Amino acid sequence: MQSSAQRQYLAGALDSTMDIYLPIAEVSLDVLVLLGLGAAVGFLSGVFGVGGGFLLTPLLIFIGVPPTVAVASSANQLVGASVSGVLAHWRRGNVDFKMGYVLLAGGLAGSFLGVWIFTLLKRLGQIELTISICYVLLLGVLGGLMMVESVRALLRVHRPGASRRRLHQHTWMHGLPLKARFRRSRLYISALLPIGIGFVIGVFSAILGIGGGFIMVPAMIYMLGMPTSVVPGTSLLQIIFVAANVTVLQAYTNHTVDAVLALVLLVGGVVGARIGTRFGMRLRGEQLRFLLALIVLAVAAKLAFDMTVQPADLYSTASERG
Amino acid sequence: MSRRHRSGCAEGRPVTLLLLSIDFDKARSAAVFLALWALCFGQPARADGLVADLTSHLIAITTGFTGSSVVLFGATDGPGDVIVAVRGPDREMTVRRKSRVAGIWVNTQEVTFANVPSFYAIAASHPMSEILSPASSSFYRLGIANLRLVASTPAPSVVVDAFRSALEREQQQAGLFSERIGKVDFLGERLFRTTIAFPSNVPTGTYLVEVFLVRDKDVVGGQTTPLVVSKVGLDATVFEFSVRQPGFYGAIAVLTAIMAGWLASLPFRGA
Repeated sequence: MQSSAQRQYLAGALDSTMDIYLPIAEVSLDVLVLLGLGAAVGFLSGVFGVGGGFLLTPLLIFIGVPPTVAVASSANQLVGASVSGVLAHWRRGNVDFKMGYVLLAGGLAGSFLGVWIFTLLKRLGQIELTISICYVLLLGVLGGLMMVESVRALLRVHRPGASRRRLHQHTWMHGLPLKARFRRSRLYISALLPIGIGFVIGVFSAILGIGGGFIMVPAMIYMLGMPTSVVPGTSLLQIIFVAANVTVLQAYTNHTVDAVLALVLLVGGVVGARIGTRFGMRLRGEQLRFLLALIVLAVAAKLAFDMTVQPADLYSTASERG
Repeated sequence: MSRRHRSGCAEGRPVTLLLLSIDFDKARSAAVFLALWALCFGQPARADGLVADLTSHLIAITTGFTGSSVVLFGATDGPGDVIVAVRGPDREMTVRRKSRVAGIWVNTQEVTFANVPSFYAIAASHPMSEILSPASSSFYRLGIANLRLVASTPAPSVVVDAFRSALEREQQQAGLFSERIGKVDFLGERLFRTTIAFPSNVPTGTYLVEVFLVRDKDVVGGQTTPLVVSKVGLDATVFEFSVRQPGFYGAIAVLTAIMAGWLASLPFRGA
């Protein structure tokens, strides 16, 4: 009988040149797999302006990185990927800095509340379950709404003589005080609105350990009424700061940031992000939203499926480092 | 292939020196100490035993590390069987069990084991049950089933047993627990050797390699040798930095990422 140690050892001996040892994760992984992962997630972030953390973290765990290291290192990788994404969008004039900073102010305040809730849930146990349920609900609702809206928009384009949708509806939200002009986004709305949205997203991103791009993007499009072209760059701008904050906090409290892993992912990520940005420019807004809705719904379906299907092994083990 | 670090101290050492190395490495197994005691100061019949050493006492984890192995070799003073056990430093591990609550699989039970060896491998020249009595196996803690795992969570023994076997199963799947019967090879009657393989996820720390000489279903001699598994070079530097200066490390990780993101966008400028 061949033990798994031997098999792993033999497999390692066969292609040892491609493997890299990650000092914090304490495992060896194939460099090409990591580069490919980085590139795929980078591509998504370039196209949609979502950080891709909600995809990267589960994928890293799947290939053998300890969960705590996966969460913290993807945040580190996000910083770099978002910087190069913002630079690319900025050169095309697609970043609304004013809007980004206002959202960020709300986001940082929200993340403090989020960290507090996270600690509370951890003490009560079941943090993992809470995260999964939050993900499924958020992704399901957002993905569903976006799907319905984008399909309607796509159909409207093909129907001749259809009326053009207004840029955004006027509701009670627009009656709030502290009105400010966001020139790039061609909006004149209350600053309280983006601050509030940033705050709520800050809470969720702290609990879920993500940049919040996939919540931020639909919120910007549907709640603020920002033009789709400005959304990815502005969202990424905000993600830089949120991810940097998470990285430093994780490094300081848990020692789980694997800088080597993050760098390898980044090399693949920046290439993917550049290609993604160009690809995204060729798509129309509703096509972009339809594709993002598809991805978001697919992730939600996968998570919901995993929660209800009996796991292969009912037992799981963890050392104190997770 | 893996690196095999050949050090100068490869040849068999005098038995008296071995007591020193045990002392330094805080051997936790009293049984091994007793065996050694018997080996060194016992009756003349028991003073005979074995001498063994490793080709290297350091497993160096470098950036290209994909697992490694060391060769243990030695000689006995006569016919007999040899059992080799390798133990990594103990750590606390928690085993959780999921059950269905309202259609969703949730962790509902957990048992924490306080002293799980982070690595345990055993090799023998013949199947354990043929060469050693169950009482001796238990006394010298030889074999995965004989590890003393203490549950620090109060639970009925049936439950603890189920959680324990789940722990053993997972550790074996991860390559961290292994039993390799018949893997100690004899060259002639007295010379023996075996290869100890370590997977790429091998935990760092000071390991104990225990070698037992077995005759008539009982341990008649033994020896313990330390083995250090350690990160070296860049990986060690990164790891130590992340623990000693966590805030600074985090800041540098962020700055590096920003620089990398900026640099990566440069070649495309104007293109």
